[in-house]
Amino acid sequence: MKNYRKIISGRTAVIGIPYLWLLLLFLLPFLIVLKISLAEPIIAIPPYTSLLEWGDSLWPTIKASLGSYLFILEDSLYINAYLSSLKIATISTFIALLVGYAIAYSIAKAPTRWRGILLMLVILPFWTSFLIRVYAWIGILKTEGLLNLLLISLGVIDKPLTIMNTDLAVYIGIVYSYLPFMILPLYANLEKMDFSLLEAAADLGCRPFKAFWTITIPLSLPGILAGCFLVFIPAVGEFVIPDLLGGTQTLMIGKVLWMEFFNNRDWPVASAVAIILLAILVVPIMYYQKSQEKAIS
Amino acid sequence: MKFNTKNALIAAALACSMQGAIASGDNVVHVYNWSDYIDEQVLTDFTAATGIKVVYDVFDSNEILEAKLLAGGSGYDVVVPSASFLARQIQAGVFQKLDKSKLSNIGNMWDMVENRVAGYGPLNDYSVNWMWGTTGFGYNEGMILERMPDAPVDSLDMIFNPDVVSKFADCGIHVLNAPTEMLPMALSYLGEDPTTTDPDVLKKAEAVWTAVRPYIQKFHSSQYIDSLANGDICLTTGWSGDIFMAQYAAWDADNGVEIVYVVPKEGALMWFDQLAIPKDAPHMDNAHKFINWTMQPEQIATATNYVWYANGNLASQPLLDPELLGDPAVYPTEEAMAGMYTSPTYDASTQRVVTRTWTKITTGQ
Repeated sequence: MKNYRKIISGRTAVIGIPYLWLLLLFLLPFLIVLKISLAEPIIAIPPYTSLLEWGDSLWPTIKASLGSYLFILEDSLYINAYLSSLKIATISTFIALLVGYAIAYSIAKAPTRWRGILLMLVILPFWTSFLIRVYAWIGILKTEGLLNLLLISLGVIDKPLTIMNTDLAVYIGIVYSYLPFMILPLYANLEKMDFSLLEAAADLGCRPFKAFWTITIPLSLPGILAGCFLVFIPAVGEFVIPDLLGGTQTLMIGKVLWMEFFNNRDWPVASAVAIILLAILVVPIMYYQKSQEKAIS
Repeated sequence: MKFNTKNALIAAALACSMQGAIASGDNVVHVYNWSDYIDEQVLTDFTAATGIKVVYDVFDSNEILEAKLLAGGSGYDVVVPSASFLARQIQAGVFQKLDKSKLSNIGNMWDMVENRVAGYGPLNDYSVNWMWGTTGFGYNEGMILERMPDAPVDSLDMIFNPDVVSKFADCGIHVLNAPTEMLPMALSYLGEDPTTTDPDVLKKAEAVWTAVRPYIQKFHSSQYIDSLANGDICLTTGWSGDIFMAQYAAWDADNGVEIVYVVPKEGALMWFDQLAIPKDAPHMDNAHKFINWTMQPEQIATATNYVWYANGNLASQPLLDPELLGDPAVYPTEEAMAGMYTSPTYDASTQRVVTRTWTKITTGQ
């Protein structure tokens, strides 16, 4: 009897801890943000109205306002910022996929004794702070930077290229920063692949490119999807990279959110911007979830 | 498992209560000030004289400080917001009035600064001045004169006249990403009242900025210090002390970059950073002792000689580096000061107009 109870509590713990984690660190903060998005801004501590008003009656009256959401829909600035963020994130993810796939594939095909070292090289940049690595790109990309000095001394160009403070710099920054998140799931997937399938295809007269396209790519699809989501989702809400590397015309939702929260001190609109962003991201995540379930069954 | 949970809870409760005991019994003061804004010696001497330990944190924008204060329970005893922000935070109920009986050195303060600060509201009841400065522009002398030998370097034409600015586009121009200071700057160029809170007048600044927008590389509030010092940009609007910092960095690196700070002849914005005590400050007494300490002429003079910003302490002026006191870019002449203005405190809807206009200028959206 005693043993049996122990098993039950152990199992409850195993299932319960992740749920507790999600409840405390995702659902609760989400509800707080949702609550603030339904309030109205005032000059006070905290700077928004409370949702529940306790009058004389036993029950509180609920004072919710959709004003912040309506405000966001009225002004094209927000929609343009969402679209431009999605565009920047999509292009960055695609480039990261091309580069990441090539790297993951070569690591998976490398001799076993090399793989550990190669993977180490992918992870190594994480030992330096993210912020410092983005700052380092300023030193590389700026007009008098390392890249321009190198290209001019090689005679490739005569006038320095303007890369710093443009969208191109943002793409470089995002692809560079999130590349390991693309490589690692792809590698985990490709490493397990049975390469004898490719040999069989070759024996049966299939050209290498076609074999890659009809065998390797479909088999590595879960890795591709996982890598794309790991890059795409943080890239959409990115603030630091466009702020430091991007120019003035680079409009991203992370910057708009900062502006609402800090410049306008409008916490409800800032929260509504975040909630809408979440709603936009939930759709592809659900799709991913569905496709994973399909893959398992 | 239950047993474990209980143990954990007890341990957590014990840890909390012990921490509480340490926090209230410890002789400390928590200070939250702008980065690079003090000589450490001032803090060391304070601790040596009073036995109060200083826990010193820094921020780099008024917005960050305000978000912490408005969230409540910041845990800080002394903070240093700029006057236009402080005025609104007082309205929100963030601060308590200073107990002047605990501030024996208050007679050292400069009435010129106090009078200007009073223009924002009852700020002198809640705060004393730490340092003040102006918002003007800085430029790289070599790069500018090479492109335009007769550049109107003392005027806002450098920023707002498209015929002038376009000549410098190739060497890099930055502008502060501070709408509440940059819109008034454009208004003062137009000859409008820069302190206006009238949304229709504020919108007039849009056309002025839009005309020169194509020549501006970036709107950012801190990158310009390094970029100017390294010669990556040649012109930027900026805060006086920041431009001096770039000047010093270039001199220190001996890279041949000569940087000049200008208080434009059309007038400039004057800003004031004020020491204040939040209502929920855990160490009220120590906070007053700290503020009183910094109001001693020797202490604030040490800080000013180090950071090169003017202070609001009249009695400290004989102790300042004469070169600094005589520099009109740090301590402007009375004549220049007459033409200076302070930034207004906007209400929520005007603030939105200001930010939205600024977004339109910067992103074209």
